[in-house]
Amino acid sequence: MQRRVTFDNRLLPYLLLAPQVAVTLVFFIWPAANAIWQSVHLQDAFGIRSEFVWFENFTNVLGDPNYLDTLKVTVVFSLAVTVLAMGLALLLAVLADSKIKGARAYKTLLIWPYALAPAVAAVLWMFIFNPDIGSFGRALRALGYDWDYRLNGGQALTMVIMAASWKQVSYNFIFFLAGLQAIPRSVMEAASIDGAGPVRRFWTITFPLLSPTTFFLLVVDMVYAFFETFGTIHALTQGGPGKATETLIFRVYQDGVVNNDLGGSSAQSVILMVIVIALTAVQFRFVERKVHYS
Amino acid sequence: MKPTRFIDLLPHIVLIVGVLIFAYPIYVTLIGSTWDSGTIGRGGLPLWPGGQGATNYAQAWVGEAGDRAMYTPVRTMMLNSLVMALSIAVGKIAISILSAYAVAFFRFPLRMAFFWLIFITLMLPVEVRIIPTYKVVADLGLINTYAGLAIPLIASATATLLFRQFFLTIPDELLEAAKIDGAGPVRFFIDVVLPLSRTNIAALFVILFIYGWNQYLWPLLVTSSGDMETIVTGITKMIGTGESANDWHIIMATTVLAMLPPVAVVVFMQRWFVKGLVDSEK
Repeated sequence: MQRRVTFDNRLLPYLLLAPQVAVTLVFFIWPAANAIWQSVHLQDAFGIRSEFVWFENFTNVLGDPNYLDTLKVTVVFSLAVTVLAMGLALLLAVLADSKIKGARAYKTLLIWPYALAPAVAAVLWMFIFNPDIGSFGRALRALGYDWDYRLNGGQALTMVIMAASWKQVSYNFIFFLAGLQAIPRSVMEAASIDGAGPVRRFWTITFPLLSPTTFFLLVVDMVYAFFETFGTIHALTQGGPGKATETLIFRVYQDGVVNNDLGGSSAQSVILMVIVIALTAVQFRFVERKVHYS
Repeated sequence: MKPTRFIDLLPHIVLIVGVLIFAYPIYVTLIGSTWDSGTIGRGGLPLWPGGQGATNYAQAWVGEAGDRAMYTPVRTMMLNSLVMALSIAVGKIAISILSAYAVAFFRFPLRMAFFWLIFITLMLPVEVRIIPTYKVVADLGLINTYAGLAIPLIASATATLLFRQFFLTIPDELLEAAKIDGAGPVRFFIDVVLPLSRTNIAALFVILFIYGWNQYLWPLLVTSSGDMETIVTGITKMIGTGESANDWHIIMATTVLAMLPPVAVVVFMQRWFVKGLVDSEK
């Protein structure tokens, strides 16, 4: 944790820490404390008086069937995004890692979508699947399928899941590739000599050895699906139609910013904080991160 | 030479399909940005470029009124995004490297308390404290300012942890030698630590630039005037509800321009980018 040799200086370390600590206190700790305070208070319509109401905001939020629907949408959405993004990334990484011609080119061509903002990914998908202007959207309609994600909740959810996973594949791909490259070639060669085919080698050697990477990505993708996909949903469906694509984070925004319900929104923020803390704790407790990229 | 079997081609086929899945939407957008809004709006977009490219990009760049609406010029939005991304990247690196230096190279009361204070921010992404953070920024009068866009996002535990971890690998002998030569902490930082951290800084810069450029929820909240609009939030405002009667040609040209800087950074700085990504998650 600490070096053996250090500098002796009374004031300097505090000066060095000052900017980061100031920003952390003003924009992180204070607002978070505020959210917790708000979550146990009820404000009147003018925001002048507030009353301590214990856990009323929480029981209201958790007792609201709408909130439970939102929770369900979030769980379906997050699981689908995680499974799709990881599955496709693992497949591509295993193939790109094998000794094939043009592996480098494939890597470059698969890495760059990382640079796209979630909202931009959503816009690109809209250009293709919009029922009026998108080629695929129009093709689906021409085939007699009643495609309009702006009106059909199930289709809307499918759209945001596809757009959100599409953007996350490259991230997973980079980490799977790094994980694969850390697996010693000698192990694979030994198995190969023993007569194990590629599929068998994958499931008995590669996959177990990749498990730290897989587990790490599982947590990262869940966090991504929970929080960073706000842009995807905001750009594509605005949580609609109805509340078909409203995730927890979209609802905090909706209740707090659009509907101006401070207590309810803060209670939701506190619930989200608990979720992040749990996910982070899981990550630090179980993940052995030993990935190398060369 | 064995004849090529289908099984040998299979990986290539799968990889090419993968590449196409990622390239196709971009290709459509590039093509779309060279046609007129009518062609796109009717859904008759061909697979080859049209002749409207120069006009569309020029129109988007200066924000000349489209067929249906007025937009914030792309040059204004690009500048705003650039200032935001650079401030976040430079600011984060600067404050993290200083605090990591303090935690790694000094012994002082409350050292671990400060370390944990910084560490805790890992668990408080901006999304979970939107409203109260917005209120702080509003109270400080930072709505619609670059400071309001960037400063709340520049504290991060990840960068500090990364630098601290790297600083712990700097051998004690180097520090002892510096002390014998009479170099103080400031001298040592400038002459030894900074040059050694060059690759780490570059790698982190690439990641943070993309992170900053792609911000969405925060700019959506703290900017309300058109001339502070960032390009990523600008696009979705142009699209609105996504009706067929939209200035699609301008929207697509804007989308291409919005993707250009971060994609260029990833493609041209691939080595640093991958290092930064993998390191910052350790």
